[in-house]
Amino acid sequence: MLRKKECVAMLLAGGQGSRLYALTNNIAKPAVAFGAKYRIIDFPLSNCINSGIDTVGVLTQYEPLELNEYIGNGQPWDLDRAFGGVHILSPYQAKKKQSWFEGTANAIYQNMSFMKRYDPDYVLILGGDHIYKMDYAEMLRAHKATGADCTIAALEVPLSDASRFGILNTNPDGSIYQFEEKPKVPKSNLASMGIYIFTAEKLFKYLEADDADPNSEKDFGKNILPAMLNAGEKMFSYRFKGYWKDVGTIASLWESNMDLLGRDPVFDVGDHDWKIHSRNPLAPPEYIGPTAVVENSMIALGCEIEGTVVHSVLSSNVVVEEGATVRDAVLMAGTVVKRGAVVEYCVVDENVVIEEGAHVGEPREADTGIAVLGRNITVAAGAKVKGGNIIDKDYKGE
Amino acid sequence: MAHSTVGVIFSNVHDENIPELSRHRTMASVPFGGRYRLIDFALSNMVNSGITTVGIVTKNNYQSLIDHLGSGKEWDLARKDGGIILLPPYSDETDKPYTTRLEALMSITGFLNHRKEDYVVISDCDGIAHMDIADIVRFHEEKGADITMVYHEEKIPCESSYFITLEPDKRSGRVKGLKINPNDLRKGKKYNLYVNVMVMSREFLVGTIQDAVTRGFSSFGRDILTKNVDTLKIYGYDFKGYYAGVNSMEDYYRHSMELLDRKVRDELFGNRDIYTKVRDSAPSKYLEGAVVRNTLVSDGCVVEGTVENCILFRGVKVGKGSVIRNSVIMQDSVIGENVTLDCVITDKNVVIRDKRNLAGCAELPYFISKGRML
Repeated sequence: MLRKKECVAMLLAGGQGSRLYALTNNIAKPAVAFGAKYRIIDFPLSNCINSGIDTVGVLTQYEPLELNEYIGNGQPWDLDRAFGGVHILSPYQAKKKQSWFEGTANAIYQNMSFMKRYDPDYVLILGGDHIYKMDYAEMLRAHKATGADCTIAALEVPLSDASRFGILNTNPDGSIYQFEEKPKVPKSNLASMGIYIFTAEKLFKYLEADDADPNSEKDFGKNILPAMLNAGEKMFSYRFKGYWKDVGTIASLWESNMDLLGRDPVFDVGDHDWKIHSRNPLAPPEYIGPTAVVENSMIALGCEIEGTVVHSVLSSNVVVEEGATVRDAVLMAGTVVKRGAVVEYCVVDENVVIEEGAHVGEPREADTGIAVLGRNITVAAGAKVKGGNIIDKDYKGE
Repeated sequence: MAHSTVGVIFSNVHDENIPELSRHRTMASVPFGGRYRLIDFALSNMVNSGITTVGIVTKNNYQSLIDHLGSGKEWDLARKDGGIILLPPYSDETDKPYTTRLEALMSITGFLNHRKEDYVVISDCDGIAHMDIADIVRFHEEKGADITMVYHEEKIPCESSYFITLEPDKRSGRVKGLKINPNDLRKGKKYNLYVNVMVMSREFLVGTIQDAVTRGFSSFGRDILTKNVDTLKIYGYDFKGYYAGVNSMEDYYRHSMELLDRKVRDELFGNRDIYTKVRDSAPSKYLEGAVVRNTLVSDGCVVEGTVENCILFRGVKVGKGSVIRNSVIMQDSVIGENVTLDCVITDKNVVIRDKRNLAGCAELPYFISKGRML
C-alpha cells in the first residue's frame, strides 16, 4: 500500500462553544446534536469522506469524552482504515514539553508528527462548528490549478454582518491581497469560512516560525494567514455558494434545525448524492399514535408521538404524550413531554423530563427569545419556563 | 453460558410460506417491521444472549441476504474468531446440494467440528420473537436433555405448511409425543407448536449427524425426532412471550399490523436492541398537511398525505392528497398524489402513480411485487 496521502484533513474540535450555554456544559460543541439524528461533526466528517479524503485528525481538548466515544473507530463515516482513517488527537505530554493546545495554529503545530506520517502534499484545515455540504476535492483542484500556497474557502455574507468574520479582499482572479480579521469597516463582504487548504511544506514552515514567535497568539486568522500574505505567498480565495451556517449560538442552532423542514428545505439532509453519515441509533421505527398530529416536522427513530408536534425537530426516542403540544422546538434524544405539557420555541437537550402541565418557552411571536433546557433535568408538573431562559438544573418554577 | 453456544440459522427453510415475498430472496431477508429483515430477530436474540459465532445456512437466492449481513458488524459479529459465517450449499460430482434439513446439517459438519462451543442453537427465520437463548441453554443443561425444542401455544397454521406439535410432560417438560403435520387437530384450538428453535450439545449433534449419514437417513424430523421420542431425552421449552410465526401472507400482514400494538412493540423492542443493517437515511419528514395516525414510520420517509394504520419502511414517499390505510409499504416505494390504498402490501421500490385506487382485505391483502410501477 502506498505509504502516502495526497491530502490530510485536520479538524479543530476543541472549542467549548460557550455561546451554546447549557448545551455544552459537558460536551464539546462538535458533539452537539443536530437535525434529529446528527451531531455537528457529522457534516465535516461526511464532507471529507464524500470528497475522497480518508485521513482525518480530530483535535479535541474541551470535554472530549462524548465526542471521542461518538467518533469511535470512525466506522460510521467509513473512516476505519488500515492506513489513514479518523484519529482523535488530544493534547499530550512530550519529552521536552507539555501543554494544552493554545490557539488553532498551535493545535495543528503540536500534531505535526501526525500529519508527517502520511507525507501529505496538502493539508486541509476544518472547523467543527458549521452545518454545510461541500466538496473539498473541488477546492483542492482549484488550489492546484492556481498553484496557491494557501486557499481559503469564502462566501459572500450581507455587508452588515461582515464585521463578525475574517474578511478577504481579493483581486479579480481570486487572489487575496488583504486579510482582515473582524474588521470594523469591512471593504468587502467575502467572508472566510475557516476552511483552508495549505500546500503542506508551506504550512509546516509557517507553523514552525509561528511557534518560535513569542508574541504570536498562535491563531490561523490572526497570525499564520497574515504572515503568509506579508511574505508574498500565493493565497487564493475559493468561492463557495451554498448553505453554510455557524451553529455557535442558540438562535443559529435553532434556525439551522428549522432549515431542514418542508418539502423543499433550505438545507436538505436527505440528499442521496451527498449522504450525511452518522452513528445511527439502534431504535425501532417511530410510532405515531391515533391521537397524534404531526406536521411540518422531522422525527427520528424510536419516538413515540401521541400528542401534537408542529414545526419541530425531534431526535431519537423522544416521547410526546397525548394532549401534549410541541411547537417550534428542537428536542434532543430521549426527552419526554408528558400529558398536557406545552413546549414551544425552545431547544431541549437529551433526556429531559417535562412533567404534566408544565409550560416551557413562550410563543415565537412573543419575541421573548428561545428557552433552553440542559440535559438530564426535570421540569416539575405545572412549572413555567419563560421564553429566553436557560435552565440546567431540575426546575420547579419560580 | 451462552458464550459457549454457537448459533446456526437456516435462512431458506419456509421460503414457500410466502412465495410472493421470497421469490427473489431468502425467508431470512424478507423485510419486516419497517426497517428489519426476519433474520434480524433470530440474530439479535443470539447476540443479546452473548453468542459470538453464528453459521448461516443458505441455499437459494441469498444475494440479498449477503448484502444485508455484510461483514456482520451491525450485529457486532465481525470477529476474528467466529462472527457471522456464511455456509452456502456444498456440492460436487457425487453430492448434490442439500434438499432436507438433515442433509444441510451433514453439509456443515466441517463447521460444527471446528467450533469449540459446548452447545448449538439452531433457529429458522420464520418466527418473530424476543427469546432469551441463554435461558433456553440453561434449561437444556438443567434437564440434562439431548434435545431441547422450543414451543409456543397457538392455533395450527394453515393446512399446507409443515409443522410439529409437541406433547411435553406438564411437570418435567419431557416430550412424550411429537407429531409432524398431524391431521387430527381441530381448527381454532391451541396446540404446543414447535417454533423451529432447538438446542443440542455440539457433541450430540455431530454424533447424530454421523450416525444419520451411515444409516442413510434424510429427514431430521421423521428419522431422528419422531422415531426416538421414547429413547432420546427431548425436552420442550415453553416460550410464553409474544411469538409471530410467518406461515402465510395473511400471517405476515396480521403480524405486521400487530406491531401497532404498544404491548407487542414493548415486548419485541423494549429494553434491548434489534440490530439491522443501517443505511444512513435522513430522519423522516412530515410535511404541511400530513395526517399520520397509528403508524410506524422508518427513517428516510417523506409524508405529505394521510397515513393511517400502516407500516412505512425506509425511504417511502407519500404524496399530497393520498390516503393510505391498513397497508405495509416497503423500502423506497413512492406513492404519488391522490392515491388511495387500503390493505395493500407493496414490496420494495414500487411506484404508484397519481390517482390510482387499490384495495385488498385483511384476509387477502393486495400484493404488489418488487419494482413494479402502477
